[in-house]
Amino acid sequence: MAESIYLGVMLTLGTYCIGLWIKKISGWTLLNPLLVSIVLSIGFLFATGTSYESYAKGGNIINYLLTPATVCLAVPLYEQIEHLKRNYHAVASGITAGVLGSMTTILGMVLLLGMDHQAYVTLLPKSITTAIGMEVSGELGGNVPVTILVIVITGITGNIFAEKFLRLIKVKEPIAKGIAIGSASHVIGTSKAMEMGQTEGAMSSLAIVTSGGLTVLTASLFALLA
Amino acid sequence: MRYVIQLFIIICFSFAGELLHRVLPFPIPASIYGIILLFSALELRLLKVEHIREVSTTLIISMPVMFVPPAVGLVNSWEDIRHNWHEYLLITFTSTFLVMAIAGWTTQIIIWRRRRNRQKNDGNGKNNA
Repeated sequence: MAESIYLGVMLTLGTYCIGLWIKKISGWTLLNPLLVSIVLSIGFLFATGTSYESYAKGGNIINYLLTPATVCLAVPLYEQIEHLKRNYHAVASGITAGVLGSMTTILGMVLLLGMDHQAYVTLLPKSITTAIGMEVSGELGGNVPVTILVIVITGITGNIFAEKFLRLIKVKEPIAKGIAIGSASHVIGTSKAMEMGQTEGAMSSLAIVTSGGLTVLTASLFALLA
Repeated sequence: MRYVIQLFIIICFSFAGELLHRVLPFPIPASIYGIILLFSALELRLLKVEHIREVSTTLIISMPVMFVPPAVGLVNSWEDIRHNWHEYLLITFTSTFLVMAIAGWTTQIIIWRRRRNRQKNDGNGKNNA
């Protein structure tokens, strides 16, 4: 049974559907479908003694769609470009502040907690999208699977809490909300931003691309600091 | 048929992105090249959003599912973080909220400041008239 590639596909889609259903009947945002799906999939692997490798054969098929899906973010970006042109300064400053803020925070906390260099570079690209983050981490000598995990947790955190948190800290402008979500929690957060509105979604997509690029450019410098 | 063509177009851009990623020496992932190419094609009117609307929307909406498999990979990397997982988690949470606040506030403050300046200018204009 574990030889079939459909096992991984079925498990991924099935657990995600369960996640969607639980969210619908409970209405509790903490029960994020992605989180539920991950937990149930891991639980299934343990319960049945299936290895990650046989799961990944099918799971990877779904994961391969990530590149085409990310490429499609060009569409909301294109449709909202006028918003961007009109607020160029605000958007550029917001994203730059976010990227530098992210790496400074990680640097500070790593030093404070006395973690080693590998842990530092593993965490450094945590706010950017997986495709870019993996490469930055690998390039700097980080632990790539852990980077992926940290990136996913960051995204889920953003997806679950962004709306409430932004209201709490009084970020009200749709453009600012989008930039905040995309800078802090990349693609997974962006799917929440898309639910919040077109402007939020497009600005969040823009922030993913830009903050990813900016992190590529600056992470190697930051890596020298700890 | 229409959806097949839409998917074909999107896959072409993904492939072109992958190609650039292999050929060019920069540490920029294929998907970012793909975004830049697709965006340019739309801007240059080589392609209309209508040509890829349904499939691109579906792919974007389905994106969270695509993160499940790499996250399940935790079962393999658990050993690496078993001893200090709580530190990783603490940093992850803290920096996510901090970045959201920093990026959101910075953007909003500048938007508000520009809006206020514009209103002030408009006001002056009226007074002069």
